[in-house]
Amino acid sequence: MSRRAINGAILGAALLAGLVCVWKLQERVDAARATLQLDDDELALRSPAVMKKLSLEYAPLMGAIYWTRAVQYFGSKHQSHDQNLHQLWPLLDIATTLDPNLVVAYRFGAMFLSDAPPRGAGEPDHAVELLQRGLKANPEYWRFYQDLGDVYYFDKKDYLKASQAFEAGSRIPGTHPFMKIMAAKIAGEGESLETSFTLWLDIFQTSTNKDIRKNAEGHLRLVKMEMDLRAINQIADVYEQKTKQRATRIADLAEAGLLTGRPVDPDGFPYVLEEQGKAEPNPKSPLREEWLKEKKQRSNGATK
Amino acid sequence: MPQGAIEIENLSKEYPYGFLHLKKKKSLEDLTMRVEDGEVFGFLGPNGAGKSTTIKLLMRLIFPTAGTARILGKSIDDVSMHGSIGYLPEQPYFYDYLTAYEVLDYFARFHGLRANDRRARVEAMLKKVGLDTAKKIQLRKYSKGMLQRVGLAQAILHDPQVVVLDEPMSGLDPLGRREVRDIILELKREGRTVLFSTHVLSDAEMLCDRVGVIVGGKLRGIGAPGELVDMKAQGMEILFELSRAPGNLPLLAKAMRTGERYRVQFPETELYAALDALKAAGARILSVTQIKPTLEEYFMDLVEADRAQASAVEVSGK
Amino acid sequence: MRNIQAVAANTFREAVRDRVLYNLVFFALLMMGAAILVGQISIGIEQDVIVSLGLTAISVVGIFIAVFLGVALVSKEMDKRTLYALLAKPVKRWEFLLGKFFGLVMTLTVNTAAMAAGLYIALWTVKHPLMKSDAYILVAVYLILLKLALIVALALLFSCFTTPFLAILFTAGMYVAGLFAGDLRTVQGVELDPAALGLMRGISYLLPNFENFNVMGAVVHGSGVPAAIVWQDTLYAILYVAIVLAGAAVVFSRRNLK
Repeated sequence: MSRRAINGAILGAALLAGLVCVWKLQERVDAARATLQLDDDELALRSPAVMKKLSLEYAPLMGAIYWTRAVQYFGSKHQSHDQNLHQLWPLLDIATTLDPNLVVAYRFGAMFLSDAPPRGAGEPDHAVELLQRGLKANPEYWRFYQDLGDVYYFDKKDYLKASQAFEAGSRIPGTHPFMKIMAAKIAGEGESLETSFTLWLDIFQTSTNKDIRKNAEGHLRLVKMEMDLRAINQIADVYEQKTKQRATRIADLAEAGLLTGRPVDPDGFPYVLEEQGKAEPNPKSPLREEWLKEKKQRSNGATK
Repeated sequence: MPQGAIEIENLSKEYPYGFLHLKKKKSLEDLTMRVEDGEVFGFLGPNGAGKSTTIKLLMRLIFPTAGTARILGKSIDDVSMHGSIGYLPEQPYFYDYLTAYEVLDYFARFHGLRANDRRARVEAMLKKVGLDTAKKIQLRKYSKGMLQRVGLAQAILHDPQVVVLDEPMSGLDPLGRREVRDIILELKREGRTVLFSTHVLSDAEMLCDRVGVIVGGKLRGIGAPGELVDMKAQGMEILFELSRAPGNLPLLAKAMRTGERYRVQFPETELYAALDALKAAGARILSVTQIKPTLEEYFMDLVEADRAQASAVEVSGK
Repeated sequence: MRNIQAVAANTFREAVRDRVLYNLVFFALLMMGAAILVGQISIGIEQDVIVSLGLTAISVVGIFIAVFLGVALVSKEMDKRTLYALLAKPVKRWEFLLGKFFGLVMTLTVNTAAMAAGLYIALWTVKHPLMKSDAYILVAVYLILLKLALIVALALLFSCFTTPFLAILFTAGMYVAGLFAGDLRTVQGVELDPAALGLMRGISYLLPNFENFNVMGAVVHGSGVPAAIVWQDTLYAILYVAIVLAGAAVVFSRRNLK
């Protein structure tokens, strides 16, 4: 082999070795940096007004960049199971200030700002603020009213304002008829499982954002489970009426002819009855934990 | 056979050009020649002929497509050999934020000269090229001639055995050209080998032991200026002054006139007859010279031939 | 070794005599002054604002110098033909490149140190006794310097084989890509087949991860930077710079000068 070929081969091998070292080193650096408290470094400049000035005529582009960073922020927090999403609002605040027509940012923010941890940031007031800005800049976008209604209904539990939001949205041309229906239903009943299910279902079916759909699906499963549990409890009450006894197993209800087959939750685990005869998710079901959390939050809210 | 100072063998350079670099332009084709130790060798040729290409190949600024070359016995790939070569680039330009002293000092470092040596050498060079007084002025304020002199200084400050100069006279006024010529002659006296390129034929005729004529990327002729051209005299030329033209001087018809001066040519045999006629007419003889073919004519013939060949190639579509 | 030193010293000298640098440094110091002003407005976090604006200024100015001067290092010498006389000396092409690299890095070090001094002065005027935790700012500055060295190496590499304009574009592009390299690794919610995902991961590791050198978040709030990060970043920078410069040397050695 000629001298040059040998040199070339050595250089090539050295380059390859170097790149492998770079890779390995990078993994170490990533690990070291994860322990570093770098939580607040998403934004060097917090003021949306200043950012807007700095962006000159490129504000929409900067808005898009901040929106992208918001999504990345959300994604990486979720991947590391970090519940602390308090940078989400500032990021979305700046993104929508720079580009008030960034519809997707408003919708994303509405859901993930208001949803309680670990799904979201648990800041429904910020979600409301965001949506109101969105409506100001895009008054014809009735979906914002839907999102607003969802925030009031699910997270702020303010059924009056929720109903009003759906009502306002139902008056915009091109709106979906279900807005009016929801307005009426919420005004009449306040919170109900059917309403919740309908609201989440619409989002799941119409959203094009993968994160939003995934979140809606999660909520849907819980609501479906609640509906199932309620139905089973109603059947258990009928059983009690009939037999003057509390059923202790689902099988009892089936044997009494009140239930066909074994009802399962959305994950496929059969429901069980606990000691006092109330229906519950199966202990092996991954949904059980979420259901317990919801129940706890509900009782917390009730005692407030 | 003792080795030449510069030996070139089948040196070629092609440049790809055109769409997708598919076509190739041959800027130097198969050059084989030697420059002997201690001689002054001139590269002659029109612009774009390949003179600069050859020199850049020798100095390893560009790389040959084929062929080899050796300077002082070492291959041109050997960069350490540059310690014995001095090079003046075409239209030199140096760091204009430095003074002449600083530039020379900078270049001197690459030759491994110690600080004291450096200082002495640089001062000597500045004096030699006449930039002593301007040495503290930044190069951005220098004239072209001064820059050329700085270039020469950096080329010779490390006492090189071989000196390569690319168009050293270009852009200089007559005084500058004279100075460069003198320096080249001094280098020759010191026993160094000098290779320089030029398209000014009179310089080559005056300075070179041998010349190589490059036209269209090929070496067309090589030898002493006198050898290349048939030195047989082709006649005589008389330059004379005549204030009043007499009516009966037939040779006046053949003469070229500028004011009161006339220039006329004869075959050698008719010289004395013409001189007598002029004496009779009261003309004042200014000079009598031989008409010799010059390097220029030889050169122009070559260029014409090359052009004819090139257009023939185009026409034939190859 | 001596050749590299000579080229480096000359490069440094050129940078010093080039007035553009003074303007940039002046601009950075201006930013320090502005930071003090802004700090007055945001009560309670003047220090945070000064440090973050100051570090940003140092970083931005440094990047500009690294990109533009980094590209000019080689392309200017080729354009103006100053390189011709130099390469005719007994100096190897890679020695020239290395000298240029070190010369510019030296320049950047001096500039950055000057600006860091300005930052400390600004900080001192706002909160008179400087605490030990303020020393961490120096760590942030050091890491910025590592980042700048890497950018210079990249600029050198690109300027060896493209026009100055493209070299600037590529270098800046590489910088931006490198900033987002880390995000590429944690990308969420994208459906791609495993091969494409693997490719993306590979690219994310091999791009210069400039985020490694960013500790502004920690330093601004006075928390420290673990020594491990400093050592690892130093090693990373040295390794990456070596690879890039080796590439530049290979490209440059066979380049025909016009």
